Amino acid sequence: MLSRVLSGDYPRSPILTAALLVILFALALAPFLFPGAQPLNVAAKICVFVLLVASYDLLLGYTGIVSFAHTMFFGIGGYGAAIVLSRLGPSWSALALGIIAAIVVAGTLALLIGLFSLRVRAIFFAMITLAVATAFLVLASQLSGFTGGEDGLNYSVPEILRPSFRLFDAPLFGTVVNGRIITYYIVFFAALAGFLLLLRVVNSPFGSVLQAIRENEFRAEALGYPVVVYRSIASVVSAVMAALAGFLLALWLRYTGPDTTLSFAIMIDVLLMVVIGGMGTLYGAVIGATLMTVAESYLQTILGSLGKLGAGAGIPFVSTLLSADRWLLWLGILFILSVYFFPTGIVGKLRTHWLNRKNKALQKRSGSASNK
Amino acid sequence: MTDRIAEREETAVAAPRIDWIPILLTVGVALVALPLIGSFSTWMTLTVAALAMGMIIFIMASGLTLVFGLMDVINFGHGVFISVGAYMSLLVLWPLTGWVESPSIWLNIAVLVLCILVAMAISGLFGLAFERVIIRPVYRQHLKQILVTMGGLIIIEQLLHVFFGGSPITIALPQNFRGGLAIGPDIIVERYRLIAVVVGVIVFLAMMLVLNRTRIGLLVRAGVENPEMVEALGYRIRRLFVGVFVAGSALAGLGGVMWGFYQQTLTVGMGLQVLVLIFIVVIIGGLGSIGGCLIGSLLVALVANYTAFLEPKVALISNIALMLLVLMWRPQGLYPVVKV
Repeated sequence: MLSRVLSGDYPRSPILTAALLVILFALALAPFLFPGAQPLNVAAKICVFVLLVASYDLLLGYTGIVSFAHTMFFGIGGYGAAIVLSRLGPSWSALALGIIAAIVVAGTLALLIGLFSLRVRAIFFAMITLAVATAFLVLASQLSGFTGGEDGLNYSVPEILRPSFRLFDAPLFGTVVNGRIITYYIVFFAALAGFLLLLRVVNSPFGSVLQAIRENEFRAEALGYPVVVYRSIASVVSAVMAALAGFLLALWLRYTGPDTTLSFAIMIDVLLMVVIGGMGTLYGAVIGATLMTVAESYLQTILGSLGKLGAGAGIPFVSTLLSADRWLLWLGILFILSVYFFPTGIVGKLRTHWLNRKNKALQKRSGSASNK
Repeated sequence: MTDRIAEREETAVAAPRIDWIPILLTVGVALVALPLIGSFSTWMTLTVAALAMGMIIFIMASGLTLVFGLMDVINFGHGVFISVGAYMSLLVLWPLTGWVESPSIWLNIAVLVLCILVAMAISGLFGLAFERVIIRPVYRQHLKQILVTMGGLIIIEQLLHVFFGGSPITIALPQNFRGGLAIGPDIIVERYRLIAVVVGVIVFLAMMLVLNRTRIGLLVRAGVENPEMVEALGYRIRRLFVGVFVAGSALAGLGGVMWGFYQQTLTVGMGLQVLVLIFIVVIIGGLGSIGGCLIGSLLVALVANYTAFLEPKVALISNIALMLLVLMWRPQGLYPVVKV
């Protein structure tokens, strides 16, 4: 049963299993464990980013292609929800229309970009996606009649999802189950389903072909797998999942603008999450997204106070180097170090660690057996 | 045997042949735009402005295409060298404000040349460190190159933030380069754009001369073809590549100075913003081709200027549209150099 759910892809490391279980339970029970608006916000953001980062990992880690247009698909999902909800009013049918439109647009666009650039060279794909994503960002912030421009769009969601809605009259375990919590659970379960679906995809024969292409493109082609077709399908699946993540974020925030979905800063965040968590393992997406989001929400204040300490000690530039705004500097260094020294990220490190220990134990046992 | 020699001679003769179609295309675009715009003086102003703009883009993009063509390294950090170059001109402009405001054209030129030299030297040094620390471990691995150079871009950009602050800095053009110059009835060109054209032409000619007419250029080109053979003949190919990378970074710094003066406002993110444009240009021109880079820059600038005049909304995506059209026609860019 568990094997079916996880598609046979177990964490393969006790520490990783424990971490994943903690994250899963914390997210599943977040409204009851951590009351208040801010923690719930962080939890919802983690759910959305796990799905977004996992879908990006399908491209970067499994297929071995770098795309900079992932936030564009994220944005398409977000604007899909935003535009229908603000035009047609807050109804479920509008939401359904929004998500279908977003998926169709994201999928078609991904297919077009893939057919254009994937047949030439992997580098072209990175550069072309960067160009297309920038153009999309410019369009979204200029066509203000349609997208709300720089200000973005505010809209209301169906009644059940509003904060004023009460599911039960009495509080449940000391928490009032209102529309926000229902929305949170929609986000949580949709992200979980999306993640498990992606796990299914990468552990299917299709996923194996993707990894074969990543390892040796020519050999995969020689074995009769049309590389361009496989890559294009992977990029479409990834785009659709990113659109879904954007849709969930739009549902949660009740606001969509260029900064929340399309900006290059989010693209960099996603890259960092994938690489630090571990490329080529979807569990890396969970670890990376959780670590980064929690750190971004809470650690910045710690860094800031460290910087003030340094300034108090009278060391020049320390306060600017350690200020909360410069947190990307340290992440950049961490990013480069992880690409060099542990390209498989935290998850890969944990797995090899466990594998080595098991092998050592095995050797010891066989060694003592032969002594007898 | 004789066949082979004849063949070799044939290719040797055929090598310098120039593919005229993209050049004619660029001229054609300009000519087609004339009746659409209607007024000759407006068209002339737009065209000259676009040529100058194209030259600045070319200076910024040439380093990237050079490094890629010769070293097969894709440097996403190239954009940040542009920012570095632009900010380093401040080191000259701040102490020498008197020269900037001076009415003497010689002092103005001196200040510009000093800016360029300082910016090229410092961004070249940055390039040296960047190659050594960030790129050397990932030669021949494109995926990792994209990732680590992106990381390097983030780091240097943040360092600029630390030392120069995050708010935009305005800089003034030297006295004599301000304002426009009438070069005919109703045709006015900004003086600075003329300077940009001059600098761009110098850079292009210098690159062509060094690569095609000097010993170093010969070695570099040979290194691209067959690095092992060049090494076997006793040349240190690594050192050659480092030199190329430093040159590419210095060119980015030069481009940064020109771009900074053009915009007259410096922001830390300016390099990253213009990087997208540069990518479009080198893709259109064909990755690794210097001539293609020049044609691509001019084409992009011309199309952007004409569409901005005729249909401002379309201008937002004119670059992308142009790139897609070119790729449909020649999937490897106008001048394909790099083997797939």
